[in-house]
Formats: sequence, structure tokens, C-alpha cells
Amino acid sequence: MSLRTPLGRAVGLGSAKEGVSHWWWQRVTSVVLIPLSLWFVFSLASLVGADYQTVVDWMRSPIIAALLIMFVISTFYHAQLGVQVVIEDYIHTEWLKMASSLALSFVTAFLSLVAVVLVLRVALGG
Amino acid sequence: MVEFTLPANSKIKRGITHPRSERTNNTKSFKVYRWDPDSGENPRTDLYELDMDRCGPMVLDALIKIKDEIDPSLTFRRSCREGICGSCAMNIDGTNTLACTKPIEDVKSVVKIYPLPHMPVVKDLVPDMTHFYAQYASIKPWLQTRTPAPPDRERLQSKEERARLDGLYECILCACCSTSCPSYWWNADRYLGPAILLQAYRWIVDSRDEATGERLDDLVDPFRLYRCHTIMNCSKTCPKSLNPGKAIAEIKKLIVARR
Repeated sequence: MSLRTPLGRAVGLGSAKEGVSHWWWQRVTSVVLIPLSLWFVFSLASLVGADYQTVVDWMRSPIIAALLIMFVISTFYHAQLGVQVVIEDYIHTEWLKMASSLALSFVTAFLSLVAVVLVLRVALGG
Repeated sequence: MVEFTLPANSKIKRGITHPRSERTNNTKSFKVYRWDPDSGENPRTDLYELDMDRCGPMVLDALIKIKDEIDPSLTFRRSCREGICGSCAMNIDGTNTLACTKPIEDVKSVVKIYPLPHMPVVKDLVPDMTHFYAQYASIKPWLQTRTPAPPDRERLQSKEERARLDGLYECILCACCSTSCPSYWWNADRYLGPAILLQAYRWIVDSRDEATGERLDDLVDPFRLYRCHTIMNCSKTCPKSLNPGKAIAEIKKLIVARR
């Protein structure tokens, strides 16, 4: 039971004074991902049936490797921002919300790093 | 976590079917949500059949007829009966709207009437609006200035500046939009909801107001403002045909613009 006034409850802890960068980067990554995804799909389609060496040579171009890294980072960053919103929307148990956010940040950061390392390994001929 | 099912004491049961009092072919059935906090019973839906030859055209007319002639215990809010007070906001035929401006003939089969969704119910069709009004108070819905008012006249506004308030000042705070918003259902404790954000924008764009920055500061918050995911139920359901979704988008644009 609480005898707090309705206004006190509505004001709560006050404004966090942040959230705009989350919103902004979600838009930036979605806009960037439109051309990048199209490029990625068409590139893979054009490589269907190509032999191993052709694909490796394609990935060794600095521009292609950079685009692949950008695609991977934008995808995982966008995914992290999006799932973060879902967690905040639906999970109302404070500790579970915190644990899910931490797990999400870790998983998306780890997966994007793995993908970047793999692209670099092929591109730099490891 | 999210509750996908109603708690046992909220499950709606089938209620009383009130017999038709007059013999006529022109009848219409109304299924109305009933809940009495003092009875200790679950909510139920009662069925009423009305003679449409002796009933006004709007859903509110039917509710008043039921209360007058069949069941005086039916409880609902109403006042102006012309869509300006916002008291009779309820869920009719699956959509939040004002009973006084919703024509009965718009509903083809049984007219189903429930209180505004996901609000605590006081009784029958009366929701508890305490938190909604407290959220409204929290955005300081009044003119804030540092410049003293001119001693001999009102604070002036050009015609263009006044025009920016069109589509905002008409909001009657009926809460149809906020209670149609899934984001408001799940996070009303912190999310302000479309009605309050439209009102906040009404003061943000008022050319006479001098607290625009502070108003934006108070809204920049992952929950207060950014729980809006442009679902747009708000703009679809507004009985005054306003566009809260657009007002929220304008607030987000202003916050980016001042970065």
C-alpha cells in the first residue's frame, strides 16, 4: 500500500533525459541497411555456383571487405537496439530486465566481433 | 513478465438477458459489461434488447434508455451528449469512441459495450482515470513565461502561430487514444501515452510559451516519450479525428533538431 499522491507516482524518478541517441541510431542503422542488404543479397546471388577461389578473391577487395564489415556491424547494432525495446516493453521484473539487457549486449557484441574477425581473416588471407 | 490471460477474478461471465418489454420488429441488442466492486463477483455481460422506434440515434441514447427503463443500476459517465466533454468514452464494437457521437446504426449486429481497455474499473463502464489525469498534470499544461504580460492587453500571436495549434487544441482528453495503445497498456506507469503527449506538444508549439526547452527536457526519456512505436492505434481511434501519432513524431523531430 502506498499513500503517495497520484502526481508523485506519475512523476516518479523524473525524466532520464536520454533516449534520443537510441532512437536516432535505430533510424540511422535502418537507413544504412537498406542499400547494404540489397547489395549483400545481390552479391551473394551473383556468386552462386562460383568456386572457392573466386569468392575469396571477391572478399579480398578492400571495398568489399569494408562493406561486409559495415553490413555485419549495422545488422547486429540494429538488432541490439530493436530487441532492447522489446525487453523494455514486455519484461517488468527489474532484475530480469537488467539481466536480459546485459545478455543481449554481450551476445550481439560477441557475434558482430566474430563476424568481423572472420571477414578480416579471409580478406587479409590469414 | 507479461500477463497474457486475465486473472481468475477478472474472467468475464455471461450475465442476465433482460427480456424485451415491447413488441416490435425494430429492435437492437446491446451486450454491456457489468462489474460491481461490492458484490465480490466476477464481471459479466448483460444483454438488453431495445425498441429502436423509441430510442435516440446514438449509443449513449441507448445506455440512457436502459438506465431509465430497464436497469437503473447500470453505471456510466456522461455529460454533454455532443462530443465535447469526453466523459462517455468507452469501447463500443471493439473501438474506443464516445458513446454520444457513435450512431447505433453503424454497428451491424449486437452492440458490444465495454469500459476503456486496460484501465482499472470503478464500476460497470466507469474507468479509474486518476493516473491519466496525474500524467496530464505532470506535463504542466499551462502557459509558462518569463516575459511579464503586457499591462494593457493579452499576449499576442500571429495568425500563422495560432494555426499551429489547430488539430491540437481540440483534444478533449477522453483517453480513447491512450487506452487503445498497446504500449500504454504495458507501460502506463511510465509511458505518458498519446493523449498526454499530444497535449504536451500543444504547449511546445505555442508561440507564447517560453518553457519549450524545459518541456522537451522532461519528455526525453526511454519510457515517457520513446515507448511510442508508431503503432498508430491512437490516430485511428480518435473520436475527434485528431492525429496524436503525428504530434508525437513532431516532438521526436524537435528533440533531434536541438541536438
